[in-house]
Amino acid sequence: MELTLQRVITYLIPYLLGGIGVTLSVSFWALLLGALGGLLLAFLRVYGGRFCKVIMVAFSAVFRAIPQTILLLLLYFVIAGSINISAYWAGTLSLAMISCVYQQEIFRSAIESLDSGQMMAARALGMSQTKAIFAIILPQALRRALPSWTNEVAGVIKASSLVYIIGVVEIMRLAQYEIARSREPFAVYLAVALIYFVCTYAICFILRKVEKRLAIPDIS
Amino acid sequence: MGKEIIRLEGIKKVYGNNEVLKGVDLSIRESEVVVLLGPSGTGKSTLLRCINLLTVPTEGHVWVNGQELTAPKVNINHAREQLGMVFQEFNLFAHLKAIDNVAVGLTKVRGVKKEEARKRARIELERVGLGDKTDLYPGQLSGGMKQRVAIARALAMDPKVMLFDEPTSALDPELIGEVLEVMQKLATEGMTMVCVTHEMNFARRVANRVVFLEGGVIVEEGTPDEFFQHPKTERARQFLGKFEGQFQ
Amino acid sequence: MNFYEIAIPAFFEGALITLEMSAISLLIGLAVGIPLAFARVYGNKVLQTISMVYSEFLRGTPVLVQLFIVYYGLPQFGIVLSPMVAGCLTMGLNSAAYQIEYFRGAILSVGPGQMMAARAMGMSKVKAIWVIMIPQVIRIVLPTWANEAISMIKNTSVCYLIAVPELMTQAKIMISRFYNTIESYSLVAVYYLAIIGVMTVVFVLIERKIKIPGLEIEKNK
Repeated sequence: MELTLQRVITYLIPYLLGGIGVTLSVSFWALLLGALGGLLLAFLRVYGGRFCKVIMVAFSAVFRAIPQTILLLLLYFVIAGSINISAYWAGTLSLAMISCVYQQEIFRSAIESLDSGQMMAARALGMSQTKAIFAIILPQALRRALPSWTNEVAGVIKASSLVYIIGVVEIMRLAQYEIARSREPFAVYLAVALIYFVCTYAICFILRKVEKRLAIPDIS
Repeated sequence: MGKEIIRLEGIKKVYGNNEVLKGVDLSIRESEVVVLLGPSGTGKSTLLRCINLLTVPTEGHVWVNGQELTAPKVNINHAREQLGMVFQEFNLFAHLKAIDNVAVGLTKVRGVKKEEARKRARIELERVGLGDKTDLYPGQLSGGMKQRVAIARALAMDPKVMLFDEPTSALDPELIGEVLEVMQKLATEGMTMVCVTHEMNFARRVANRVVFLEGGVIVEEGTPDEFFQHPKTERARQFLGKFEGQFQ
Repeated sequence: MNFYEIAIPAFFEGALITLEMSAISLLIGLAVGIPLAFARVYGNKVLQTISMVYSEFLRGTPVLVQLFIVYYGLPQFGIVLSPMVAGCLTMGLNSAAYQIEYFRGAILSVGPGQMMAARAMGMSKVKAIWVIMIPQVIRIVLPTWANEAISMIKNTSVCYLIAVPELMTQAKIMISRFYNTIESYSLVAVYYLAIIGVMTVVFVLIERKIKIPGLEIEKNK
């Protein structure tokens, strides 16, 4: 059927939006798990002693040298091959593990950018290292990391388009179904691009607002 | 003057090939104000940090209030609660308002309720003359104010001893006075203080004892009068010669 | 013949195509990105807007979608591109969006003083950009640009989805032949690791070679 502008608005975009929920939920879980893992690894790398540091530096360098496409497929086949989970969760976990390494770098550089006197003063007050990390270092490091983290959010939302390769039905997959019907690849993919753009733009816009709201003189 | 509260024995500190402290013995009594003097790079700050083990001595023993901190399995965090420390670079927690900088030790280390801790913090800030700056972040305060908040932060923990690590060295000259004033007031109130400083007038007026370090050892110690009027060693005389201008 | 006897030379061929694609794409990115970066800083309102919309839109959408628009979408209008051309074009135009931002940052960090001094000497705007700004901007941008080059090598791997015979595609071919998914992907990963390791070292050496004392301090302002 011919795609008129009216049909794009009344049919095509609503149809594709049916897949945005999956795209966004995959991205959300990947980012959340990636943030938890990334924070843990970052603190281990900074405060975990020389052995931890060497291992983490090497691991991170190797991991980041490999394309996300390959990592995604490799992790997907390893995860799906060893435990019985859906393509959705295998894809999400793979993205989460990839993002974890990238977020680790973001958080690490934020922690390292803090003045070493902050830790020293906290220890001098009688805080244990763990307590100082939670009460003093973390709140500052998170604020410092927010701008780069916002970029990572956009990166993960875009990278989530890759999970259609492993059979997750999200917006890219719906686009292909639609193209098989309408034979209008240009309009359909352009609509997909628009939807992605609006999503990443809106989310980054909100995060930049949050960044401003949380800003404290001398930190951000 | 009271009983002995800090005792250092044979403190040595080595960084790589560089021996910063070469065996220092020092005993400090309650309510005593001790000023550590000496050329820069002679290990005064390192010695000060050895007292609360922010720097762990390579050799030697540290006792605070009868407890040996260098003994194995000492809870050093607990010990540090009684040793307030003020840093050259202030090191205020950048994400906390002045009042929360002062309260955070109480809430996070002592487990005091937030409201109660803030009440106490307000009192301490008033004590250093900053009762009207409680809600400002460190980034909004002048250097002198930052340092006074840092002093209040240490005082809120009811320390037995206050350690000052060049508290006025990072300040613009016109801001030094307000910090020294607070320190002098503390001394009058009977606080035990160990200060590394280059403020000779402060040392003269406020200290009970001056300890002169050079090359990682104590070269000379005595009352301010003895030390400033009749230095016994040539090295102390040379050192004092450089500060002629400050004596008026 | 066993897997490694076939895979190692095949992956080598694939790696050459990956490198070729990356080089071409980066050049397209430079050719489009540098003018748009200067347009963004020194252009009029229209040019600035064009540059900004281009950069925001291409950075805000997945490169995969862009690739499909070019490869599957354009033939609707009679523009049929080979996988290789479609791949290079997409990766290049995508990279341009990022390069705009890197160059813009570098131009701003060189500072308005340089431009003013050049104009005061009687140079036209275009001449000042060419003679005074570009040589400084390139030196400042190099570390960031090196990262872009390295990500480009990784990003080209999505082109396996339109069957450009690059590294990743070779892995797919091996998998369909030997049914050893994990082994094939791991071997490909090793190839990427080697390429990127070498590239990283090369860029560090180049950076050292063309460094001008003092220029990097300006950057830190």
